[in-house]
Amino acid sequence: MLSMSTLHHLFTLKLGGAAGQGIKSIGLTFSRICTRSGYHIYNYTEYPSLIRGGHNMMQTTVSADPVNSPTLHTSLLIALNQDTVNLHHQEMVDGGIILFDKDAGITTDQVSSKVNIVAIPLAKLAEEVGGKAIMANTVAMGATMALLKGNLQHFKDLLTHEFADKPKEIAEINHKAAQAGYDFAIENFSNLIKEVIPQRQNQPMQMVISGNEACAFGAISAGVQFAAMYPMTPATNILHNMAPHQEKFGFIYKQPEDEIAALQMAIGAANAGARSMTATSGGGFCLMQEGVSLAGMTETPVVIINVMRNAPATAMPTWSEQGDLRLVLHSGHGDFPRIVLAAGDAKECFELTQQAFNLAEKYQTPVILLSDKIIAENDQSFELFSDKFEVERGKYSDKKIPDYKRYELTDEGISLRVPLGSGNFFIANSDEHDELGFSMEEIAMRNSQMEKRNRKLEVCRHQDMPIPKLYGPETADVTIISWGSNKGSIIDVLKYYPNVNYLHLTWINPFPIETVKQVLGRAKYILNIEQNYAASMAGWIAEQTGIRILDNLLKYDGRPIYPEEVMAKLDSILKG
Amino acid sequence: MNLNDYNTPCQPNWCPGCGNFGTWTAWKQAAASQNWDSSNTALVAGIGCHGHLVNFTNVNSIEGLHGRPLPVATGVKLANNKLNVFVFTGDGDCLAEGGNHFMNTCRRNHDLTIILHDNAIYGLTTGQTSPRTPMGFKSKSTPLGNIDMPLNPLEVAIAAGATFVARVFCMDIPKLTEIIIAANNHKGVALIDVLQPCPSFNPEYTAQYLKENTYYVDDSYDPSNKLGAIEKAMAWGEKQIACGILYQDKKQKSYEELIPFIQDQAIVALPLQNRDVSSLFNKLV
Repeated sequence: MLSMSTLHHLFTLKLGGAAGQGIKSIGLTFSRICTRSGYHIYNYTEYPSLIRGGHNMMQTTVSADPVNSPTLHTSLLIALNQDTVNLHHQEMVDGGIILFDKDAGITTDQVSSKVNIVAIPLAKLAEEVGGKAIMANTVAMGATMALLKGNLQHFKDLLTHEFADKPKEIAEINHKAAQAGYDFAIENFSNLIKEVIPQRQNQPMQMVISGNEACAFGAISAGVQFAAMYPMTPATNILHNMAPHQEKFGFIYKQPEDEIAALQMAIGAANAGARSMTATSGGGFCLMQEGVSLAGMTETPVVIINVMRNAPATAMPTWSEQGDLRLVLHSGHGDFPRIVLAAGDAKECFELTQQAFNLAEKYQTPVILLSDKIIAENDQSFELFSDKFEVERGKYSDKKIPDYKRYELTDEGISLRVPLGSGNFFIANSDEHDELGFSMEEIAMRNSQMEKRNRKLEVCRHQDMPIPKLYGPETADVTIISWGSNKGSIIDVLKYYPNVNYLHLTWINPFPIETVKQVLGRAKYILNIEQNYAASMAGWIAEQTGIRILDNLLKYDGRPIYPEEVMAKLDSILKG
Repeated sequence: MNLNDYNTPCQPNWCPGCGNFGTWTAWKQAAASQNWDSSNTALVAGIGCHGHLVNFTNVNSIEGLHGRPLPVATGVKLANNKLNVFVFTGDGDCLAEGGNHFMNTCRRNHDLTIILHDNAIYGLTTGQTSPRTPMGFKSKSTPLGNIDMPLNPLEVAIAAGATFVARVFCMDIPKLTEIIIAANNHKGVALIDVLQPCPSFNPEYTAQYLKENTYYVDDSYDPSNKLGAIEKAMAWGEKQIACGILYQDKKQKSYEELIPFIQDQAIVALPLQNRDVSSLFNKLV
């Protein structure tokens, strides 16, 4: 039986303040100081749907071992305003630190006596070295380096890099501000210094990457040639990370007038022979429904990334959920193959995005990749992703072909595809059509074309669908099944439960029926975990395998499922 | 290809007297004279009676969804800007369902030729009003008389930023052929509002009405004058319907001309292979 303090040995730095106070920037800097010092990190950010004001926080959990999830507790809280103290003081571990500007009028009467108060004149120190009050964050981070026995030089290097485009003095003043904070902490709080992030040697190089960056770079690496994306939280950073690189890598990004146009443009571009994609969130995906159907009917390859967020309607736009499973599985009217994949972390975002492009072109059908706000906008440390990926275009030619039939009835249902402009006649027809693409309504050809399109999914199941990964022991007292961002919390918890295993789903359609039946069939107890109200994945599993899961840990408040919550649930199962 | 080569085995199924026959004939004539074919041209049609055109025309095409040919054509053109791209749309397809796309495509000035089959009614769905149907018109959706004001696509196009705007009566085949060629040669969005009779559902804008009340602007007309063009386009009624090229801006570059890296070759002509993104990862270390 484990207590809630089991994870307290994990160090979590939390920064809190109002929007516009530079929290994300300093938080990312801290993350990269940690990775350069040889540690693994996991970031979690919360922000309201505002540009200024409101409460923003970013937390970084650091460890010598891989960290895949956030913690409920905080070890060191840097509070840029009173709200931060009020909202987070109860998360502090015994012996933790709350650091803030002595002159900002912040009170800590409500804070537990077991928590150390570190009040530093941050703005004053910044001004004393010739900086502005806005450099208070830099002073705070300098002090933090001292308290954690961190490598101050990494901080200075990152500051140099951050201000590389500005006059030299800016970086120099920031260095001084960092040093001032560092020196002040050594002089006044030496009793609180702990060896949290001393430099480790001979560790592999790591990057700090978010799910959205991984999707963007995955698309670029996979040869994307056309992308149309409309801004929508939390997918917008995918376009932010693609638009600047068009000329260098040779692709076009176009901002469309709406999400309807986004997918329609991608379909047009794909028919002209371009590897095409779009990305959005649930509300935008709703507008794409008919486009999905069009892609299925015309057998047009297209990659659609849905970065799920809180729902329904506008809901809490900057918070998470896994509520779109049924929406994507049944997207677009009618029956045709929709390949549906789900990423569980940034690495899977990269790999599945790459794979999605190959699958879309091989099966000439829409491929929908699910991500969510937690994966998309949080950062995690990874070694630089290696590239074993090869572009594969399936049955595709740009040559003139005698007797060409775009929708030839083949055994696998996959017919040869040519781009517009290849000299071959075809109609990519939204009407039901014959083998050349002419509109027609006869019974035999209609049935043949329906069956042609739909059997491609079975080919995909046999040729490309992998076996889902089982984490933990082969035999277990509890078997967890889940998908998406829950992966991190679950695998971090398995360390403490040698009698629990976890089946992680990344392929949703086609669904790995046999493996899931086997694993769940021999399970002593099944726990389904998902972030929605309707237990949609449990429903899909029941539909695909016949297995009804009775115990579902469901969360729909927009926050992640924390490892502590998984542990509490496992404890109650194992106790009873 | 010669004129007959543009026909497929599918026979047109339009009503006798349908304006589509004229528009289709003119397009084929233009195609034959300019050697447009499946190696250098793509057709994109929406849904409406006009949309069936792709079944009868021997050039590779996409028949998409109602209201959506413009973004599809935009995607085609951006992927392969070396193709001649023609959009066949209707007054309902373009101005109702596709209104947002129409406005934005015009303002972005993509190098597309938009042939708007304008019969001021919904034909395929058997007779509801379209954004072009006049006030007072009694249709299946407005049996008490239409109380919506009609929209003028030329006015909207010019205001939105289209750089070539023309109007033609579909039965003036030589004129329409000429204008289709000029529209395709124009670099930027070219809208041709083709006035068509719908003998089945529009008893007001008959072929006779359109023939009698249209006239072509002559050499004294200055198509570079934007405000003058809007005024000319707005006129409607007895002997007032101006036809010909009403507006043309030859100076404004097309959207595609403003993308430097697709001037020499289209994006789809670049070799497609796995790309090394380690430079992007290195920025995150």
